[in-house]
Amino acid sequence: MSLKSKKRISNITYHLLVLIGGFIMVYPVLWMITGSLKNNTEILNGALSLVPPNWRWENFARGWRGFGGISFATYFRNSIIITSIATFGTVISSACIAYSFARLKYPGRKFLFTMMIMTMLLPGQVLLIPTYIIYNKLGLVPSPIPLLLPHFLGQAFFIYQMMQFMAGIPRELDEAAFVDGCSRYSIFTRIIVPLLKPSVITTIIIQFYWKWDDFQGPLVYLSQPTSYTVSIALKLFADSTSRTDYGAMFAMSTISLIPVFLIFLFFNRYLTEGISTSGLKG
Amino acid sequence: MKKVKSTDGKRISSIKALIYNETTAGYLFALPFIIGFLGFTIVPILSSFYYSFTDYSLGNKASWIGLNNYITLMGDKRFWNSVYVTFKYVLTSVPLKLIFALFIAMIMTRKTRLTGFYRSLYYVPSLIGGSIAVTLVWKELFSRRGLINQLLGMAGIGRVSWFGNQKVALIPLILLTVWQFGSSMIIFAAGLKQIPTTYYEAAKIDGANRRKSFFKITLPCLSPVILYNLVMQTISAFMTFTQAFVITSGGPNDATNFYALYMYNNAFTYRKMGYASAMSWIMLVFISIITLLIFKSSKYWVFNESDKE
Repeated sequence: MSLKSKKRISNITYHLLVLIGGFIMVYPVLWMITGSLKNNTEILNGALSLVPPNWRWENFARGWRGFGGISFATYFRNSIIITSIATFGTVISSACIAYSFARLKYPGRKFLFTMMIMTMLLPGQVLLIPTYIIYNKLGLVPSPIPLLLPHFLGQAFFIYQMMQFMAGIPRELDEAAFVDGCSRYSIFTRIIVPLLKPSVITTIIIQFYWKWDDFQGPLVYLSQPTSYTVSIALKLFADSTSRTDYGAMFAMSTISLIPVFLIFLFFNRYLTEGISTSGLKG
Repeated sequence: MKKVKSTDGKRISSIKALIYNETTAGYLFALPFIIGFLGFTIVPILSSFYYSFTDYSLGNKASWIGLNNYITLMGDKRFWNSVYVTFKYVLTSVPLKLIFALFIAMIMTRKTRLTGFYRSLYYVPSLIGGSIAVTLVWKELFSRRGLINQLLGMAGIGRVSWFGNQKVALIPLILLTVWQFGSSMIIFAAGLKQIPTTYYEAAKIDGANRRKSFFKITLPCLSPVILYNLVMQTISAFMTFTQAFVITSGGPNDATNFYALYMYNNAFTYRKMGYASAMSWIMLVFISIITLLIFKSSKYWVFNESDKE
């Protein structure tokens, strides 16, 4: 066998194996999407098949009706509102904090930065119960405020990420602006913020994902069915006392993942860059 | 009149100087963090320390009971079981996840036109795996007549009652975690890219085989990235809650009753806030020690740029 054809065979095997592996990886997702077009018996009997025997679009209508007269329109609206406000808060506050830590010199900065890194390593579950008790004493349970307020006070992961990015912005720009009479505030708004755009996009995407998927927060803090988010509502399918309507559950699950997929499709680059820079240089 | 005006002017200019001072600006920009750190980290940690010495359920007044919560915990079989189950889960899922992540990242270093597409394919589970949607699907995959049992049936092994048998109930949860190796993979891939190819070329000239260059070049060069992934994945594995809550509710017979789940149930199902606070504190100390140990041990296996020179 010639060297060339040997190489060709190895190439084909490589692609084949990687593709098969990839197919296995996404199989559960494909099964969910096609399951949204099957009924219960078809789902339970056809665990191996990806092709729906009859395309049952009515699953979507039935699922959308929701629970107890509250449709998925409400759940989606709640999720969108909470996710957007939280993401907005994270971007604004984290950018300010990152600027303070990365660019300004003042006594106590090192200490604050160390504390920030500590909170990054602090497991969130440890704070869940005491934070709940505090919100409860303030009369904020049930309400969406506990789900939003912390985002306006900086999120360590994103502060760190933005600091990494700011380290790449030449300090000479700040200095030149300072000499020209710019204050630290206008340096931030006129120089740092516009240049921070890629990092801001990464933050928006990752924070959106985390908040959209969040389950424990809404579970603990939202008790009125009208304020439920999509993730809580999806769990209701499995909780129902009667038989679970799998078709409707998969239909709504599929819809709930559409924004996630769309963002991934269009902003893939920012996402992977954001994930990898946080792990490097560290 | 004139005098007043000039002191006014002075006061204004000194206020201006204060506002434009670098220290003031620094603290102003850091203010959200300072408030958040005090209000949402320090105060909760300290108050949970206090509540851990009380008998407290929401609505009632907390009554001081000293060390009773901790003493009860030490004799609570369900507590020790949750510690055991959580360790079993962390010690299997985290290494498996990191090995898979590194393995696939290395396979993806081969440059082809499709590499970007492949990487996305393997990343998808990480992207959506934390969602309730996928968690519910996972439960169905391991159900009595689900995909996994059908495959096992075809292989002649026979059906397994995944959520009815204590011995195997943890496996679907571990697999769900390992399946989401995508983000660790991306971090590894970025780390691999930074290793200069000249290292490998030099090793090849010196007669090193692939295995040798993996252990002598790849692993040492990647060690800072491995440390980061290890710390982050370990912490998040210790906190696992949603999967167990949704898929198994901790059963059967507490076989998947993770620490975070047992803590949640103590607080919100059994309404024992004081008891749950004691659990929070034990978790805090536990994880701090483990993180510290990982960092301390890193001296012996993580190589920094500065060490090389």
